[in-house]
Amino acid sequence: MTMTVFGLCGAALVGIGLYGLIVQAQPLRRILAFNLLGGGVFLLFGVIARRGAVEGLGSDPVPQAMVITGIVVAFSATALAISLVVRLKETGRGDDEGSA
Amino acid sequence: MTAGIAVDIGLAALVAAMALWTILVRDAYAAVIGFIGYGLLLALVWVRLDAVDVALTEAAIGGGVTGVLLLRAVGALHRGAAPLEDGPPPGPATRRIAALACAAVAAGLAFVVLGVSGPAPTLAPLAAEHLPATGLKNPVTGVLLAFRALDTLLEKVVLLLALIGIWSLSPDGAWGGRPTLGRPGRASDTLRFLAQLLPPVGIVVGIHVLWVGANAPGGAFQGGAVLAAMWILAMMAGLSPVPAIGRPWLRAALVIGPLAFLAVGVAGIFIADGFLAYPPAFAKPLILAIEAAITLSIAVTLAMMVAGPPQRPGAP
Repeated sequence: MTMTVFGLCGAALVGIGLYGLIVQAQPLRRILAFNLLGGGVFLLFGVIARRGAVEGLGSDPVPQAMVITGIVVAFSATALAISLVVRLKETGRGDDEGSA
Repeated sequence: MTAGIAVDIGLAALVAAMALWTILVRDAYAAVIGFIGYGLLLALVWVRLDAVDVALTEAAIGGGVTGVLLLRAVGALHRGAAPLEDGPPPGPATRRIAALACAAVAAGLAFVVLGVSGPAPTLAPLAAEHLPATGLKNPVTGVLLAFRALDTLLEKVVLLLALIGIWSLSPDGAWGGRPTLGRPGRASDTLRFLAQLLPPVGIVVGIHVLWVGANAPGGAFQGGAVLAAMWILAMMAGLSPVPAIGRPWLRAALVIGPLAFLAVGVAGIFIADGFLAYPPAFAKPLILAIEAAITLSIAVTLAMMVAGPPQRPGAP
């Protein structure tokens, strides 16, 4: 039952994140949406890890380790994306894009 | 058991509601706050899924460090002039089509994950069987630092590459200089008080999380993120200067983790079975030594990522 609930939650998060990625116009909001999507994917992974539980281990450790790695890599990608967007704003080139 | 299911349903509904809020709310600042709440709630979900290691990582990195990063970004991007936008927002028809398509994707995923029956594929028995050879008791740390050590090593390199990418965005003339974190000399009394109160506790917690990671939930990522948060706090309050990115000690701290990992990995070719293999007698001490070096590098890398590209020329 726990897995069904969080499986549905993970799938919903992917849908919500994807929707934000499509309809948002501001880069920062898109970065947020991308992270929501990523969180959903990790959660689906966690549900699969939980289904792989065996005697003595509450959850399959291999997907867990991959999710931990994924969270850290997602953070670095987010930090780089934010620096790019901030620099774009500083140089003022983002505003010209639409009219050029 | 019924109470547990009620908690699960409530938690899942809250997480989904927070995600919707983050997408739909008009104000970017409110969206960021929603996202931080989402990260912390997600950490609780991981606890419910028996993945406490992931929960600690999500709380420290997903909720904590990312939160600081996003709040700074929202301050920089939505101050003064109109925020940066790529063209006009899509019209109602596009929104409706996108919503339908995304709902279909979510439904498909739910079906794939929940609709399958039969035993799930799992590597848990293999991990449990070989865990004693590493001398560790936490299977997740075993996977991260022994069974799938190459993933972890490459991830350290990804962190460094991302930081190099961030630094390369520094304005001409500021290269090698100092990033700006907070407003120097204008930190509030509350921030300064917290920055004096929390780090002594936080540093002990960070090192404890690293140390117990061998046998209980915890480890290098989680400990490093806590240490990074403490350093960020001290820098934002102006109690600790933000280092110039050209400083040799800073560069050394950034690379010591990956280098130590790589050195032990290469040594494995000669003293054990191959690259990144550990000699059984020394597996645990070697893993702990690597973890200690990695923790330092993770803490420094995460903090410098939050600080962003240098803005001021550093003192020579």
